[in-house]
Amino acid sequence: MAHDLYRETILAHYRKPSNRRTLENANRSGYSHNPLCGDELTVYARVEDGRVDDGAFEARSCSIVQASADMMIDLLRGRSIADVDKLIARFQELMTGNVDSAPELGEIEVFREVRKFPVRVKCALLPWETLEHALVEG
Amino acid sequence: MKTQPFPIEQIRQDFPILRQSVHGRPLVYLDSAATSQKPRAVIDTLVRYYEEENANIHRGIHTLSELATADYEAARRKIAAFIHAPDPRNVIFVKGTTEAINLVATSYGRAFVGDGDEILISAMEHHSNIVPWQLLCEQVGAKLRVIPITDDGELVIEEYQRLLNPRTKMVALVHVSNVLGTVNPVKQMIEMAHAEGIPVLLDGAQAVPHVRVDVQDLDCDFYAFSGHKLFGPTGTGILFGKEKWLDSMPPYQGGGDMISTVTFEKTTYNALPYKFEAGTPNIAGNIGLGAAIDYVEGVGLEAAGAYEHDLLVCATEALQAIPGLRIIGNAKEKTGVISFVLDGIHAHDVGTILDTHGVAIRAGHHCAMPLMARYGLAATARASFAFYNTRDEIAVLVKAIDEAKEVFS
Repeated sequence: MAHDLYRETILAHYRKPSNRRTLENANRSGYSHNPLCGDELTVYARVEDGRVDDGAFEARSCSIVQASADMMIDLLRGRSIADVDKLIARFQELMTGNVDSAPELGEIEVFREVRKFPVRVKCALLPWETLEHALVEG
Repeated sequence: MKTQPFPIEQIRQDFPILRQSVHGRPLVYLDSAATSQKPRAVIDTLVRYYEEENANIHRGIHTLSELATADYEAARRKIAAFIHAPDPRNVIFVKGTTEAINLVATSYGRAFVGDGDEILISAMEHHSNIVPWQLLCEQVGAKLRVIPITDDGELVIEEYQRLLNPRTKMVALVHVSNVLGTVNPVKQMIEMAHAEGIPVLLDGAQAVPHVRVDVQDLDCDFYAFSGHKLFGPTGTGILFGKEKWLDSMPPYQGGGDMISTVTFEKTTYNALPYKFEAGTPNIAGNIGLGAAIDYVEGVGLEAAGAYEHDLLVCATEALQAIPGLRIIGNAKEKTGVISFVLDGIHAHDVGTILDTHGVAIRAGHHCAMPLMARYGLAATARASFAFYNTRDEIAVLVKAIDEAKEVFS
């Protein structure tokens, strides 16, 4: 059953994240702290002309948070803010069970399995909520 | 290692929840430091109370109220005897350890702590023995000072001696650490504080279920603990206080039951312990706590302690043998609490994988963030034992940890 949650895709992004670093020239950033578990996450983005040119994250957290953050940034890099907003909303719908499939999220759809572990859904959502706040509030 | 036969099969029968399955596997409950499971005797007491004698206490002249009051006060006497309090008047019913400490910080603090004074705590405190004192310090301009710990998780007694000074108005100390399992040398530390005329509060939440506590032998000024970790109902707890302090402290909360007479000009307060028990209390819960103490005394705290020590030794050896696993907290004196970290696997991921094996542990900062910071950690996994656990369950734990390692390998 553990393998339902810890799919190879998720583990691969946890073991070797490609976006885990600070981001030079970031003009948006958001910090989240989960007081229940002590996890910390910072998401960086560089937004130019209504487009997310680049993103990165730093985390002291579980595998679900880190894989979710890493895959989110791969998906959103280069997209317009309008697209990014739509994809964030789509991911939230997927995780809260409002939809069962979301092909536009690509391999990120694998996070649907996290719904079998309700206490971990917040881990999957954390990077997306953090980015959402960063984009609104700078 | 003790080899006394311990009636483990009978004891497990006494706890209905232990028959549960989780994710299709038998429940292995290793989270008793968070809350213990409840024996049938406690559950039955709650049901019987609500079915046969539910009434408010200390006020009715009818039969049910008399019955409820008698059982409630009988529970107080049991608890007083259990911790060797000199008198039931010293035993105040509260919601739990947290409320007990808040009561002392607020009420003692209001009477005895002022600008420039110091409160001394330790680096291994639970947030419930940090934050109430911080709130007090902010209000009155006092300073919070902290006894450091060693890498093994023991208090540095020389530093403690150095920190005690004429400005110290309270030493508030955990008896047994909820993260490290360390049993602190509290008797010696109380003597040292008393030599300087300083009172001591002990947070006994993790101690009372596992070691015999004698508040008169310890000579502590206050002793706080929770009923729900002592096999009793949630929302129950006890503050023991020496009469000389309780008499000189103002009430914590105002309301019914805590008064003697009330006029709009002046209120006189009720005698101890009622002065600190405003409002209708958790009557059923506290009577249930009395039943829990009967149960624990029936099992025998000493026999249970020896059995738990055997589990601790067995589990420590088994976990230490796992490559990449590091135990946090290696004090010489420990209860059945083992915090650990696994290389490359976050504690939450460990917790989730163990849960799929039916194994319930705690993962996180354990309400002790400053202690986590002391070890440079965000979180640990923690297995904690009670006398209803078995060596077979430790084997399941080890197997589940092996699978966690395999998933993340």
